[in-house]
Amino acid sequence: MKSISNHIGIYADALSLRSKRNEMLASNIANAATPNFKARDMNFDAEIRKISHEGPMRTSDERHFPLMTKGGRESVLYRQPLQASKDGNTVEMNVEQMEFSENVMRYQTTLTFLNNRISGLMTAIRGE
Amino acid sequence: MSDIKNIFDVSGRAMSAQLVRLNTIASNLANANSLSGSEDTAYRAMKPIFETKFADNVKDSGLSTTQAVGIVPTDRQPERIYMPEHPMADDTGFVYSAAVNVEEEFVEMLEATRQYQNNIEVVSTLRALMMRTISMGK
Repeated sequence: MKSISNHIGIYADALSLRSKRNEMLASNIANAATPNFKARDMNFDAEIRKISHEGPMRTSDERHFPLMTKGGRESVLYRQPLQASKDGNTVEMNVEQMEFSENVMRYQTTLTFLNNRISGLMTAIRGE
Repeated sequence: MSDIKNIFDVSGRAMSAQLVRLNTIASNLANANSLSGSEDTAYRAMKPIFETKFADNVKDSGLSTTQAVGIVPTDRQPERIYMPEHPMADDTGFVYSAAVNVEEEFVEMLEATRQYQNNIEVVSTLRALMMRTISMGK
């Protein structure tokens, strides 16, 4: 079971992280007209690095429990506006739309990688 | 109000807020040329107040949407026009026109429409992604 999850590996984590980032960017777009709203985003590279350090703790005795370590929730940061607007809103539509379309594209790429991994596994299981 | 769980809540509520904005703009434009017999009864343009609604205030998840929390009349003063032959003119011969700036309303209408469209675009994109994710491994 572990080898299967190792095989799928980082792509599954990346996919859920991409989906969370999509939701954040959608929140920014939803709040484009709200005064004093500050646009949020995450540092994807840092978050994916955090996830790759997660896993069960190494044990040196069979009575030890291999507890799962979690890197904690992803930290949500604030976007630095190129040009701040008068009403305190830091959503810049051009920036958000570009980030959103890039993130969607990367989500699809990750999904394709994941699909390839799964179909590779299926081929191995069937042995055809 | 139930809590905000997913993208459909985020964009759906933002769209209804923009719709409130479009409705007030429609009312303002409909009343733009109306006249009144006194300053108090003259029509004043209405504006919605938008406020951010966070999904979770304790766990900072970055998920939030917008909500129209109220509609207030603007403090622009109605224009005083001398029109003694008008049936609604007051004792001194003045009528008061609605305090609506048509150009301003048009610009805001365009902005609200664009933002409404943006939200639709986001939902349809993410919905397509979800459908592709469901059929993963097939």
